Amino acid sequence: MTVSMPSSVDETLRLLSDDPAATILAGGTDAMVEINYEHRRPASVVSLRRVNELATWSIDGGTVRLGATVPYVEIMNSELAAASPGLAQASRTVGSSQIRNTGTVGGNLATGSPAGDTIPVLAALDAIVEIASVRGIREVAVVDLIVGVKRTVLEPDELIVAIRFPVASGPQEFLKIGPRNAMVISVASCALVINQAERSVACALGSVSPAPLRCGDAEEFAAANIDWTSDGIRITDPRTLETFGSMVADAASPIDDHRSTAAYRKHGIAVMARRALTRATTS
Amino acid sequence: MTDTSAGSTTTINPPATGVGNSVDRPDASAKVLGSFEFSNDLNHERMLWGATIRSPHPSARIVSINVAPALAIPGVAAVVTHHDVPGSPVYGLISHDQPVFASDVVRYQGEPVAAVAADHPDTCRRAMVAVEVVYEVTEPVVDLLTAATAKPVHPDGNVVRRVPIRFGDVDAVGDIVVEGTYEMGMQDQAFMGPESGMAVPAAGDGSIDLYVATQWLHEDRDQVADCLGLARDDVRIHLAGTGGAFGAREDVSFHVHACLLAQHTNRPVKMQYRRDESFLGHVHRHPAHMTYRHHATNDGRLVKVECDIVLDGGAYASSSFAVCGNAARFAAGPYKVPNAVVNASVVRTNNPPCGAMRGFGAVQVCFGHEAQMDKLAAALDMDPLEIRLLNALETGDRLITGQILDGVAPVRECIEAAAAFPLPPISGNDVFDQPGGAGRTADPLAVRRGVGFAVGFKNAAFAEGFVDDTHARCRLENGQVTLWCAAAEVGQGFVTIVRQIAVSTLGTDRVELMRASTADIGSAGSTSASRQTYMSGAAVLKACEEVAEQVRLAIAATHDVAPELVTIEGGRARTIDGRVDVIVADAIADVRFEAELRHMHRETYPLDEETGQGDCDVTWIFAAHRAVVDVDVELGLVKVVEVTTGQDVGVALNPLHVIGQIEGGISQGVGLAVMEEIITDVGLVRNPSFTDYLLPTMVDMPDVRITLIEQPEEGGPFGAKGVGETPSLSSTPAVAAAVRAATGLELTRVPIKPQDIALG
Ligand SMILES: Cc1cc2nc3c(=O)[nH]c(=O)nc-3n(C[C@H](O)[C@H](O)[C@H](O)COP(=O)(O)OP(=O)(O)OC[C@H]3O[C@@H](n4cnc5c(N)ncnc54)[C@H](O)[C@@H]3O)c2cc1C
Repeated sequence: MTVSMPSSVDETLRLLSDDPAATILAGGTDAMVEINYEHRRPASVVSLRRVNELATWSIDGGTVRLGATVPYVEIMNSELAAASPGLAQASRTVGSSQIRNTGTVGGNLATGSPAGDTIPVLAALDAIVEIASVRGIREVAVVDLIVGVKRTVLEPDELIVAIRFPVASGPQEFLKIGPRNAMVISVASCALVINQAERSVACALGSVSPAPLRCGDAEEFAAANIDWTSDGIRITDPRTLETFGSMVADAASPIDDHRSTAAYRKHGIAVMARRALTRATTS
Repeated sequence: MTDTSAGSTTTINPPATGVGNSVDRPDASAKVLGSFEFSNDLNHERMLWGATIRSPHPSARIVSINVAPALAIPGVAAVVTHHDVPGSPVYGLISHDQPVFASDVVRYQGEPVAAVAADHPDTCRRAMVAVEVVYEVTEPVVDLLTAATAKPVHPDGNVVRRVPIRFGDVDAVGDIVVEGTYEMGMQDQAFMGPESGMAVPAAGDGSIDLYVATQWLHEDRDQVADCLGLARDDVRIHLAGTGGAFGAREDVSFHVHACLLAQHTNRPVKMQYRRDESFLGHVHRHPAHMTYRHHATNDGRLVKVECDIVLDGGAYASSSFAVCGNAARFAAGPYKVPNAVVNASVVRTNNPPCGAMRGFGAVQVCFGHEAQMDKLAAALDMDPLEIRLLNALETGDRLITGQILDGVAPVRECIEAAAAFPLPPISGNDVFDQPGGAGRTADPLAVRRGVGFAVGFKNAAFAEGFVDDTHARCRLENGQVTLWCAAAEVGQGFVTIVRQIAVSTLGTDRVELMRASTADIGSAGSTSASRQTYMSGAAVLKACEEVAEQVRLAIAATHDVAPELVTIEGGRARTIDGRVDVIVADAIADVRFEAELRHMHRETYPLDEETGQGDCDVTWIFAAHRAVVDVDVELGLVKVVEVTTGQDVGVALNPLHVIGQIEGGISQGVGLAVMEEIITDVGLVRNPSFTDYLLPTMVDMPDVRITLIEQPEEGGPFGAKGVGETPSLSSTPAVAAAVRAATGLELTRVPIKPQDIALG
């Protein structure tokens, strides 16, 4: 096995172009598990460890630009946490400290698991993924990046460089159900992003569909029933919260598997969506 | 000779590391620093790697096996199948019913079909794929309730054992009757160090050395020797550093495979299971289905317990026979039960084989009888504590086997101690104090608190007439004590305890315990059934005492005093006139004192096959637990806040070690209550990984408060009892009871899943 340690994005892209079969290695928390279990036997690995530009982030006006290899621990503990509380909360639920110290959002997206915890938040944020190759840069929305269970539109020689999304303008929530109180793969998760400036509501779900899932009808319903005031948002009729929960659950298409049942997932989504909107409109 | 001059007394005292002290493990720092050699660290410059080719099907006929393509791979040194087993083709703990390699049929997913030795684990992996096994898949038997009458899974039939118990008046009827059906899922021991070890063929004489992480070296040796067709002395088993066991290392796993490969290649062969393979490569806790009917008087006294228990033993018998006996004997719990009708059976299926796990049959029934006690309390409008105290067993009571409970039985003290701790305050706002934890799902309005109690008991040491002996040797020479005992240290602390025993008897901490090996001494029996401190600890104590006695006589001879004027106490030897007052170990130089002995507990007897009556147990261990939980009743998520316990320990030889056992056992009990389960789907294991087989993390682990109930046990060293299994018995039912109290739901199955609560 050959391991390359490029130090720039350009060098990385050339290496990938020369050897598209190479495995990209960021934090390694997905890739090493696959290699250890021989689901993957890479002949060559391109490590992103020394590509410093991928590990930086910036806030420019109303937009966050998050480098693909910024680890979870930094999203939780830097100013990013205020700029994107939903993503920070999702990051806190990922694995254990060891995983959060090294795992990255780029890796989470490229793996594209239905249980990837940043994916619902990024989907609700309408995040844009910057994808580079020697052929140039293209931009893809998160909801279009992942097309099925662990299936993305990434070409073998393409690299996720950064993810862009708006700075928070209103409450954001992320709730995740697992049968253990930490370090657990999500049985179902729910992200809620409220944009006060645009008076819009976005809600996306995890682990209840093969690909990222937005809940358009429920979002419109919530936006129409929120009392948008300049000093905060309210919901006057409590039945709205209940209805929102069940509309979100209607959008989910969960399955039975060894981690849970479809019926429980749907139920859990309804409860989480209701609680998320309750928190967002009472805090 | 290092005695004191006439007239003066020495001021040297034995070190403060004897029994009763919380001494650190001798290997503690090595383990923390990473220098401890675990079995998977074994290395030999000429070694090959071995790997096992396993059935992907739970039930199939083997049409053909073609190893030629694997042998053609460069680096592959040998492939062995059932054709290559020179001795007994089958092995097993109690009945020899499990093939070394499947020949005609496979009976569970993961059953070994062949093994390969190669120069590198990667080469092994390639060879494993290259071995061509053609299967004709057959319908698996997977339902434990219909297995007894299903098509035979094995020539020995689908019922491994039935144990009926008929005690007292089987027709007795109580004023009040409560019924319930309970189920327990399949728990895994989930030890940290997967199965591993190395077989090393001896040059020339055909004998072989196996270094392996195991619970019982001599039993392994006998089974391995029989399969290899070797004399027992030609197989030497040495304990390799063991990363936990909990029952899963009682059965032979890769032992014979590694030895065969070593013999075929004439090179050392190392084998090491991967985590997913480990889940398929060892036995689990038996899933259980239990139907109970409790009769009581209007004032809450038990009149009769009726119980039908079916355990799923999986494809092979392992220790199912004994597990079933335990489930039957302890089915009524630690209560005065004048009449009982129990029918326990263990059946064969194509599910993963089940066998020993901490608590061994008593865990399953404890979940059942404790749910019933709560039901009874509710039906009588009594307090759950009160009904338990009212019926608590005492020394002198008769068990449902007819045996008189003649050991100490502080059931009442255990219950009262668990209940005596003040209830914990309402939890704070930290996410990790809330049900749902890091996922931040909790809504305080939906969180309900519940409190539950449970009490459990079981036997310690092997029962039903089993010859359960142990051997120890002590040598003292120039102040240095050397001990031999083949007791497997699996993390429980035997290596610490025996040193403490030597300190307390011989007065020195210059003590070396030799590596456990079949080559050096007789069997110590199994590290299971909470028996090693009680049994091998007693053997070591006796050996040390014999050496001390030899020293006493030598002092008498040397100083020309009558032997009865020399006393030994607390590690010191004294002459009555005070001329000699020394640490025993230092009393006489340049003489080797040595004692070796066999120790056996009192005799036990089989259960009558029709009535289940008999004096079958040696001694009993008891504990009570109180659990406090917070439940998000809408999402069904549980936070176990606190578990308190009173545990009967005899005398705590090392209180810190006892606390460690209790905390660890409670963690496993909590796991079984709310998350730990091997999920099978038509015989296939769906979660063979720590990603999906969930163990409690540190935020799932409740606060634990412990009262040790110390009433010395006759026959135990310094009054000690086994403490290892007790915490696993009633911690699970206590948590389940607390969740019932919080939710008002019946919750008749553990582990309790979120959907059982949320959609229940
Ligand atoms: C114990 C444990 C617990 C976990 N818990 C969680 C959890 O709670 N929630 C969760 O969502 N995940 C969890 N994971 C999965 C994993 O940690 C996350 O998916 C993580 O975000 C992966 O990031 P990484 O940097 O480690 O990716 P890597 O393993 O380095 O890479 C993952 C995949 O993405 C590709 N890749 C990486 N970076 C790029 C890039 N910039 N461009 C293109 N392709 C790229 C790699 O080639 C590989 O295929 C857990 C994993 C472990 C081992």
